[in-house]
Amino acid sequence: MNTTARELWTGRILLIVVMAVTIVPFVSLFITALHPPGTYPPGLALPEEFHWNNFLLAFEAANMGALLQSSFIIELGVVPVAILIATLAGFALGHLNVPFKRTLFIIFVLGLTLPFEGIIVPLYYQMREYGLLNTQLAIILPLIGLFMPFAVMWMRAHFVNMPQELSEAARMDGASTWQLFWRVHVPLSRPAIASLAILLFLWTWNQFLLAIVLVDDPEKRTMAGALGAFQGQWGTDIPLLCAGSLLILTPTLIVFLVFQRQFVAALLQGAVKG
Amino acid sequence: MSTSWSTTDKATSRPSAPGPSDDLRRKRRAAKVRRLRTGLPGLLLVAPALAFYGVFVLRPLAATVQYSFYEWNGISTATWAGVDNYVRLLTDPDLLGPILNALQLIIYFSFVPVVFGVIAAAIIRKMGASRLAGISRTVLFLPQVIPLVAAGIMWTWLLATDGAVNQVMRVIGLDGLTRAWLGDFDTALPAVGVIGAWVNVGLCMLLMLAGMTKVDPSLYEAARLDGAGPIREFVSVTLPAVRQELGVAIIITVISALRSFDIIFISTQGGPGSSTMVPGLEIYYLAFFEREIGQASALAVALTVLVLIVVLPLNRLTRSDSDS
Repeated sequence: MNTTARELWTGRILLIVVMAVTIVPFVSLFITALHPPGTYPPGLALPEEFHWNNFLLAFEAANMGALLQSSFIIELGVVPVAILIATLAGFALGHLNVPFKRTLFIIFVLGLTLPFEGIIVPLYYQMREYGLLNTQLAIILPLIGLFMPFAVMWMRAHFVNMPQELSEAARMDGASTWQLFWRVHVPLSRPAIASLAILLFLWTWNQFLLAIVLVDDPEKRTMAGALGAFQGQWGTDIPLLCAGSLLILTPTLIVFLVFQRQFVAALLQGAVKG
Repeated sequence: MSTSWSTTDKATSRPSAPGPSDDLRRKRRAAKVRRLRTGLPGLLLVAPALAFYGVFVLRPLAATVQYSFYEWNGISTATWAGVDNYVRLLTDPDLLGPILNALQLIIYFSFVPVVFGVIAAAIIRKMGASRLAGISRTVLFLPQVIPLVAAGIMWTWLLATDGAVNQVMRVIGLDGLTRAWLGDFDTALPAVGVIGAWVNVGLCMLLMLAGMTKVDPSLYEAARLDGAGPIREFVSVTLPAVRQELGVAIIITVISALRSFDIIFISTQGGPGSSTMVPGLEIYYLAFFEREIGQASALAVALTVLVLIVVLPLNRLTRSDSDS
């Protein structure tokens, strides 16, 4: 065997090991979810019979119907609004003459590294002041604000690369700024907007801190926030907990697998440009 | 950067004539007014994003700083405390401990996944378009898309006394080392770190892979012809090419270590004792259970500043050569 072949085989084996380590937790979760409810199954052992019913039990125990509804309300409140206003701002900062453009951009960029924990305490009192605690709006409004640094930077990076001639030609034809934006640029920006939408959807679904601090009722939270409450309530019933976790994480896997190509491109581009 | 604002830049940085005449000043003011007027539609477009960001991020951020100088239980009137909360931050081991833990987590959340990510990416790149390469790219990224809460639940179960980790160890004859990994003072922090590493490997791998695919294959051939082994080749050809992506991977993972919350909330709640307590969780406890709003806010300010201190120097790595 020559060196390159040996390298190739060592590489393959290493890769398979790393993949196995990645997959085993998912498999363990799945197998455990099939054990009889209320039992304490040992590690990776297969159950004597598969209790598919656990998924139904978890669905009912967690009141998953209400959770899904709440999560979709939050997604619908966050994603379209965040996309729209970030696209507008990104277009202006990337493509138009705006006074104080650099300052404005730097203000947004500064927010990129801000840990949510850094503002969660005053946010609680602010929401109390607005009378929004324990409503979905208490998650929706701050989340839109918190997504702005990334979303604006992302859309600006896209619009900076749009050729200026395009806008000049549209202006010659008498387009107003709004027409230029809505008729010319938005249709050409669909891929960038779609990628951003996928990222924001997942980040909203997975948002935990805001959910547990600002909303007490698990049925008005995001999916991840509800899972936290589910663990508190059913933490001792391991099979049921595993089934519930699977129900909540599966949609994220589906979104990822369906939009994989866009998703990965988006993340890389966004990360490197950031 | 774009060319779109170069015109305005020129207008502002035009060298002024010695002793500007009234005429010139008037002209300048007219230009400024014109610029503001032509810029108005642009400002209007930025306004909604800025409003949300201002009201729900900048305002609470300013409030955090303000609260941090007060002693307040959230109900009665707050009293001015000066820098007391910050002094306690540096002297009370209960408050300094979480910060040190977070710094220690950087090893697991950042260093380990970056190393594994680089190795995995180097292997995948060599395989080119093979099926295994494609599948592994998808598989390694899965932990990155699921909620961190779910990752915490999975691993709590894996690392439990009767979990799969101990089961495997018994099979390979390491009975003596088995334990409740998350419940043991010595192993809880590394065990939590393993969860973070598991989550972050895929992201690092993808970033590295993106950097490596930019490298001209002829460079590798040249290195091979010069007799370079795989390690030499990696150090002198691959590493310089992925500098930017490496920087991004380190920044993202370091931030994830410093602001870790979800995984620890689910798996250990900071325990046993306070061996896995991190700033995010401590802020949560202080503010919403112990009702020490001022102290929680001081810790929040410290965490925010700490992230900036760590990230800003790393940022140099991500600049491409053309910028510098």
